Amino acid sequence: MRISASKWFSSGTPFVWLNAGAVAISILMVVGLLGLLAIRGMAHFWPADVMQANYAPPVSFGSVMTTEVLGEKVETESVSSIQIASSGIPVDESIPYYDRELVKLGNRDVTGADFAWLLSSFLSDIRYPADVVALERREWGNFYGFLADVKESGQRVIDADQGEDALWAEFEQRLSRALEIHDEIYRIEKIEIGEVNYALERLRLRQRGLELEGAFDAEVEASFAQQREELGADYALLQQDLVVLNQAIERDSALFLAANDAEVEIEFADIVRAYKPNQMGFVEKLITYFAKLGEFLTDEPREANTEGGIFPAIFGTVMMVLLMSVFVTPFGVVAAVYLREYARQGLVTRAIRIAVNNLAGVPSIVYGVFGLGFFIYIIGAEVDQLFYPEALPAPTFGTPGLLWASLTLALLTVPVVIVATEEGLARIPRSVREGSLALGATKFETLWRVVLPMASPAMMTGLILAVARAAGEVAPLMLVGVVKLAPSLPLDGNYPYLHLDQKFMHLGFHIYDVGFQSPNIEAARPLVFATALLLVIVIAGLNLSAVALRNRLREKFKSLEV
Amino acid sequence: MRKVDVSSVLGASAETPEGLESCIDVSGLNLYYAKDKRALNGIDLKIPKQRVTAFIGPSGCGKSSLLRCLNRMNDLVDDCVIEGSIEIDGEDIYSKHVDVADLRRRVGMVFQKPNPFPKSIYENVAYGLRIQGINSKRVLDEVVEKSLRAAALWDEVKDRLHDSALGMSGGQQQRLVIARTIAVEPEVLLLDEPASALDPISTLKIEELIHELKRDYTIVIVTHNMQQAARVSDFTAFMYMGDMVEFDATDTIFTNPSKKQTEDYITGRYG
Repeated sequence: MRISASKWFSSGTPFVWLNAGAVAISILMVVGLLGLLAIRGMAHFWPADVMQANYAPPVSFGSVMTTEVLGEKVETESVSSIQIASSGIPVDESIPYYDRELVKLGNRDVTGADFAWLLSSFLSDIRYPADVVALERREWGNFYGFLADVKESGQRVIDADQGEDALWAEFEQRLSRALEIHDEIYRIEKIEIGEVNYALERLRLRQRGLELEGAFDAEVEASFAQQREELGADYALLQQDLVVLNQAIERDSALFLAANDAEVEIEFADIVRAYKPNQMGFVEKLITYFAKLGEFLTDEPREANTEGGIFPAIFGTVMMVLLMSVFVTPFGVVAAVYLREYARQGLVTRAIRIAVNNLAGVPSIVYGVFGLGFFIYIIGAEVDQLFYPEALPAPTFGTPGLLWASLTLALLTVPVVIVATEEGLARIPRSVREGSLALGATKFETLWRVVLPMASPAMMTGLILAVARAAGEVAPLMLVGVVKLAPSLPLDGNYPYLHLDQKFMHLGFHIYDVGFQSPNIEAARPLVFATALLLVIVIAGLNLSAVALRNRLREKFKSLEV
Repeated sequence: MRKVDVSSVLGASAETPEGLESCIDVSGLNLYYAKDKRALNGIDLKIPKQRVTAFIGPSGCGKSSLLRCLNRMNDLVDDCVIEGSIEIDGEDIYSKHVDVADLRRRVGMVFQKPNPFPKSIYENVAYGLRIQGINSKRVLDEVVEKSLRAAALWDEVKDRLHDSALGMSGGQQQRLVIARTIAVEPEVLLLDEPASALDPISTLKIEELIHELKRDYTIVIVTHNMQQAARVSDFTAFMYMGDMVEFDATDTIFTNPSKKQTEDYITGRYG
């Protein structure tokens, strides 16, 4: 039996298909986005095999120049021969397309560029030598080469005839010693000397404060001088330790043969990790992979953010979002309670409500400008005058920082919390309020003991939306507190522990910085993907914990049947 | 299950409202919900102490509005204007220096739909006391048990006092609300169709409860159900279109009403 088109249309079947199709496309887009981020970002940490090959591209018509290359294949693409020819490589233009490969050559200190596009057709004699070593270094990026010798204070420590394995064992042993010493140096420099410096700075500020008050007399001066002397002595001791450690770590070096038999001497102090990728089995590679991933998550960035980890950015993002939540929730809830419960409903409340809703649509950069102009230059400058005169002319709160960034984002998200809370309050059945009032409770007691707890899931909904918006915001933050590289975390062991005046790092800004401000684009690209994935994960994590909390509250204050 | 003692209801019918000490004295009460929307027209009424008084009448006749005036619940309605006076124990409840919260504590109210708070059974009953600042566990335990017993709920819930009140059946919830109300020891209990959302068995339990409670409280009940009014009340007021048509002993109203309108209503000719 044939069904007419109009009947088919009114049966609703096409509408169901339309809806299902829209949902399917949405899901595909989200999955595709996450998949792309995951593949492009996470593959970066895999210890890939290192290829050795001869590369002989034509340099001018008829002549070739042969070099040896050593590095990791990153990707392959196909390019038109005209494009290649116009870039100066005289290829045969009768072949329309050439494949070319991006190879990570490392050795930036030796060759100048650590990535190169090589035409596949001119690569020959491709091999994967088992003994090739991949080094991650603190400077100059990765290094690929063959271990030739290990030296202590410039002297060879091992005879060449003992073989490769003995040499590698010696290398690894000395490397772990160097890493231990490096950790110790890091601890002293960052934590202990940091503490002394912080104490000295506080001493200086206190002295300046007393001077401003006119209470800085000879007696106080003597006590300050003594304290300063003690700290100076501490500092000298630490400095001595450092000298010893630095000498110890500089003792060893290793000689490597890079591509084209170039001899390169590398100090152990510069090495972060060393492995022989071509020898590793799958399990070993997996272990190295997770070690590198762990380093990415927990370490500080190196080399203009193109190497190392992004821990300060994760920490800064979470910290800022938490602080923002602390500011925005009470403020939004109190405002919503007034609007919904106390204010007389009329023209004025309607106007305020419209204004609040519109505030949610103001572009975020406008909030950034406002935060800079109002919070930082007006409030911050005033706070400095009143509470931190001793530090002037250096600003304390009169400069972008964590507090102002959180407040700016709180301002940005407060409309969402107000709207959600108002809706929650409106949904509380009248009968429950009346039940409380009928027992002799005042309006405030009713609100506080019954209505607000019942509306708490709605407040959480508001907070979830606020967090989702704030965590991904970058534009205003660039004006009010985020920096490319913050020297220390906003939360540490120095009194007052939480440093609201400090600048901080943020994952969103980190993506922009690594992706667009980096001197080494090829090295930075996978990090952009990995950081983007991480930002999504952090936001999702923050949101999921808020959702879990809301669901618990919902269960507890399950609405009455109305 | 105990039957309602009909003879005592009939026995009380020998009394007339005028012959008893009055608890609530309403005189010349007008109520407007908007400027020209009058809900009550000059109501005069003396509600006797420690008796059950029922308000009956068709929907929209103003019986709930009148009830809500007695503990100033209408204060919550915007643009609601009240004229006339209501005195409880000789005190004008609409005078300026009356503490509304205190008045509502003295004049408890139970609503049509059970409205327990989303708290435990125990906390529901203790709510009114906590509002008054009583937090001693000993006192609270005692009052909670006493109130739940008085509301004939203790045996059903004594093992799950700290479970959520929202898990109870409708009838249990309504008795919990009554327990919550009597926990603060009011003088007057206002019941606004307390059984209309309940099944017959729960209704019967509530009615028994009303019968028990009238020894200690002055009870005013609004009901749609005339049989219920006949069963539980000592006095009945019939209202129609905002007017108090007739107020007398329940027995008189149902057997020998003096107004034609009342007779028409209770015989089911309209309403």
